[in-house]
Amino acid sequence: MEKTLKKYFVIFTVPTLIAFAFAFIAPFLMGVYLSFCKFTTIKNAQWIGFSNYAAVFGSSQNFLNSLLFTAMFTVVAIITINVFAFGIALLLTRKMKGTNLFRTIFFMPNLIGGIVLGYTWQQMINAVLYKYETTIVSSAKYGFWGLVLLMNWQMIGYMMIIYIAGLQNVPTELIEAAKIDGATAKQTLFKVTIPMVMPSITICMFLTLSNSFKLFDQNLALTNGAPMNKTQMLALNIYKTFYDKPGFEGVGQAKAVIFFIIVALIAVIQLRATRSREVQQ
Amino acid sequence: MKKKLISALLCAAMVSAMLVGCGSSSGESAGTESGAASEEAAGTESAAAASGEGRVYYLNFKPEVDAQWQEIAAAYTEETGVPVQVVTAASGTYEEVLKAEIAKDDAVTLFQINGPVGYQSWKDYCLDLTDTDIANALSDPTLSIASEGKVYGIPYTVETYGIIYNDAIMQKYFAMDGAKATSVDEINNFAKLKEVVEDMQAKKDDLGIEGVFASTSLLPGEDWRWQTHLANIPIYYEYKDASVSDEAEITFKYSDNMKNIFDLYINNSTCAPGLLGSKAVTDSMAEFALGQAAMVQNGNWAWGQIAEVDGNTVQESDIKFMPIYTGVAGEENQGLCTGTENFWCVNSQVSEADQKATIDFINWMVTSDKGKDYMVNTLGNAAPFSTFGDDEKPADPLAQEMYRFMESGKESVSWNFTTFPSQSFKDDFGAALLEYANGNMTWDEVKDLVVARWAEEKAATAQ
Repeated sequence: MEKTLKKYFVIFTVPTLIAFAFAFIAPFLMGVYLSFCKFTTIKNAQWIGFSNYAAVFGSSQNFLNSLLFTAMFTVVAIITINVFAFGIALLLTRKMKGTNLFRTIFFMPNLIGGIVLGYTWQQMINAVLYKYETTIVSSAKYGFWGLVLLMNWQMIGYMMIIYIAGLQNVPTELIEAAKIDGATAKQTLFKVTIPMVMPSITICMFLTLSNSFKLFDQNLALTNGAPMNKTQMLALNIYKTFYDKPGFEGVGQAKAVIFFIIVALIAVIQLRATRSREVQQ
Repeated sequence: MKKKLISALLCAAMVSAMLVGCGSSSGESAGTESGAASEEAAGTESAAAASGEGRVYYLNFKPEVDAQWQEIAAAYTEETGVPVQVVTAASGTYEEVLKAEIAKDDAVTLFQINGPVGYQSWKDYCLDLTDTDIANALSDPTLSIASEGKVYGIPYTVETYGIIYNDAIMQKYFAMDGAKATSVDEINNFAKLKEVVEDMQAKKDDLGIEGVFASTSLLPGEDWRWQTHLANIPIYYEYKDASVSDEAEITFKYSDNMKNIFDLYINNSTCAPGLLGSKAVTDSMAEFALGQAAMVQNGNWAWGQIAEVDGNTVQESDIKFMPIYTGVAGEENQGLCTGTENFWCVNSQVSEADQKATIDFINWMVTSDKGKDYMVNTLGNAAPFSTFGDDEKPADPLAQEMYRFMESGKESVSWNFTTFPSQSFKDDFGAALLEYANGNMTWDEVKDLVVARWAEEKAATAQ
């Protein structure tokens, strides 16, 4: 077994490794290097040390506000998406009529691109707010809840599929045993079902966390940071620093590196925390 | 073990997705952009580059004339054998695409900057164009982007903006009893404009319009008519008082004048001020074209937009310009805002053969009969070169109005927004205007923000 693995390593893994090196590792290292430079294009970079990093936290950069907004959004989005997705998954594993149809319908929003969704929801939300002679960009709170709504609509179907797969793998004998032992429906859910689908929860939490934290398209299309950059998330903040402020490309790059570290840290911590609650079947 | 492996993989997958997101975003967008744009001459180009003849690669700024540029490129290649490749950046993505395309091996040879601020960020790539035929042909050499006596950017078109009005609606109003004016000529200052507009707004049902001004589009990204064009006027007067052409810090002393006209726009419009955050430029141009509004602030480029709206009710002969009055003393003699933010630059970091081919190409555009014909009739550019005769001018109604104003002896307002510190400054200005329209900010707060952001951004970009 070991031997065959070694034998075929070259054929099966090396092409992917090369592609990975070109498409991911090389740009990443270049990106880190550029965060220490002043540059307009990647070819005329000049090393300037840490001053980009010092500039990141300046008040006009709006970086900390974006971080706060992103964090708040992520917390709300993770909770709402996972609760709704799990609830729908429970409903749709009850052998009702037409579950397949419902599953398909709930999954469909996930197939639409973020920009399209953003503009569509902008129109819809504005159409509702029209009655009150206001718009989504009139207050940061509309933008916030608009984003939450949009992300829920888009992500619930995807997470639901993962939960359904997890729920279908819960051994029926465990449920039956719980029933015979006189467990209530609530007890069965919390003491048997949820611990058994913990791997799915890990994956869903992970996906919603990283997707919410890195959200860009939807943010750009729905509010583009308005009003007054109060609904600007980190990815959009970085993008705007890079392209809309001449001379700030390096600062944008430094923000991206910081962003990377934050997301990587959170992801590792979160993964460990949920992993430790999983039970072996 | 397996678990660890999976978690490691998950981390790696997510981390790498991030990298793609941040690290190579410029590369990515370039790929999709040039994919979307046409690259017809790409094949011939590499062949010619190999033989050392030089090539032209123009990154076009205006999506609306992409097809025309492809036609010009083909015609030039047919005539001279020099391969010309034209790629068009999608609207609003020019800087992104340029950043990517200029760093390639087959780099852009001809690109454009929007003025002194653009020059600051691209000066490493701008070739000295002093003493080229095209630079010498400029009818007004001060229009070019120059630094230390050398020319780096050549304006290829002159544009103008003001308040576009529908003369049919105006005449209908002037014919009414109790009209505050009898002809547009009487409206030559802000007080009169306000009187007329407010009276027209009160009689909008009789006039068959929904509001005097088309909606003041404040949707983020659609607010350039206000944070750039309208904001130019107070800055113009401020520069004029100080006799300067750029300032590191402004006092925004004509901010109340801007408030005058901005209030007039948003309070006498087709919709309530609170709804302006959902309006795009196309919305307001459509309202104007459909005859729902009598006036709209925009430039001569808007003719195309007005003409192509379905169900357009505005006659070509009824489309006229009026200067933007803001209540500054002596504004009776103020004309339209005329200038340019389109400057051609030649990439100084491509081979000499390529540079020469590119200079030949732009020379051809403004000196040969064929090139001039394309400039005027195909692209509709009001070219600021002495090589163009009086009969070589675009014929659309707004361009005609521009020439009428230029010849009337009124004082044109120059385009000083090319000195606005950055896109980020303009976006914040626009956002503040939106907050003001929504009633979340007072005008004084807007003013303070503009002054502060100007100083900050100017200091940052001057380094």
